[in-house]
Amino acid sequence: MSDPTPKSTDSERAPDGRSRLLGALQSTGSRGQVMVAVLLAVLGFAAVTQVHANGRDDAYVGARQGDLIQYINNLSLASQRTETEITKLQQTRDSLRNDAQSRRTALERARQQANALGILAGTEPAVGPGVRITVRGSAASVGTNQLLNGLEELRDAGAEVIEMNDKVRVVAQTSLSDASGGVLVDGQLLRPPFVIDAIGDPHTLSTAMDFTGGFISEVRDVGGKVSVEKRDRVEIVSMRNPSAPTYAKPAGTR
Amino acid sequence: MIAAIGLLIGVLAGLLLQPDVPIWLEPYLPIAVVAALDAVFGALRAFLDGIFDDKVFVVSFVSNVLIAALIVYLGDKLGVGGQLSTGVIVVLGIRIFSNVAAIRRHIFHA
Repeated sequence: MSDPTPKSTDSERAPDGRSRLLGALQSTGSRGQVMVAVLLAVLGFAAVTQVHANGRDDAYVGARQGDLIQYINNLSLASQRTETEITKLQQTRDSLRNDAQSRRTALERARQQANALGILAGTEPAVGPGVRITVRGSAASVGTNQLLNGLEELRDAGAEVIEMNDKVRVVAQTSLSDASGGVLVDGQLLRPPFVIDAIGDPHTLSTAMDFTGGFISEVRDVGGKVSVEKRDRVEIVSMRNPSAPTYAKPAGTR
Repeated sequence: MIAAIGLLIGVLAGLLLQPDVPIWLEPYLPIAVVAALDAVFGALRAFLDGIFDDKVFVVSFVSNVLIAALIVYLGDKLGVGGQLSTGVIVVLGIRIFSNVAAIRRHIFHA
């Protein structure tokens, strides 16, 4: 900064700063000007070089050692954190996957068991190969004795599901008793002809009916008639309502 | 006239050659350039004031550059290179501004 006083004396001594500059620009030069030119050339060269280097290089070239170490430390810390997170997430994912897998297996097993038990207890409709046995005869002749024997023979031969007259599912608790005009099965009056549907191996079931002293001959003895029909597909749709046992309780876990 | 041509030649040489900055020079070059700029503006102001002396200019130019580099070097050794560089740039910037203000007064009388 120049204060006004020396400036005014300046302008008295020499005409003006501006005219002096113009004069210097027009003059061909002296030793001093050459010196200045050399230094200015060095400055211009260095400045342009630096501008180039700055534009080309990214932040890390020319960074100080401490800064570089800081960068590296930050990066490795960040990558460590990220790797820890990755491991944690992978563990979570694995455990979730295991969970889902075991849950699915348990569900599958429970469903299979429920199906098997449902078929046994008569709470599920069932379909499969089997036989259809038709028993003709008067209600007076064919009764509980013959039918009970027949059912026992069927169970012996491995019948899995049994149904009578498309109405009553025969299960473990089923009871039979004689009644006027037919047979009372689980409280339902069935009239002849009796139709017994059984799911099992058709060949085994039909042979179980037909041997000396067996169901067929027994019914024939009392004046009835039995026809056994093997079927590839027996559909049993009648069901029992599941009833919870009143007195019996499961003893232990197994 | 020759001074302006010298500046032009330097810029052109830098543009055409595009030299790589040596690694050891990298921290010092920007500071050195700013210090040289300060010397040049100071010289221009002195010229306009009518008190320009080429010997003084050469000495101030070289010493400015060397001291700037020295300060940066010292800062690096002390572990405060970045802060010291900033400080030097600020001081030189202030000087350049005040010099340019004086030059402006001379040229534009404002």
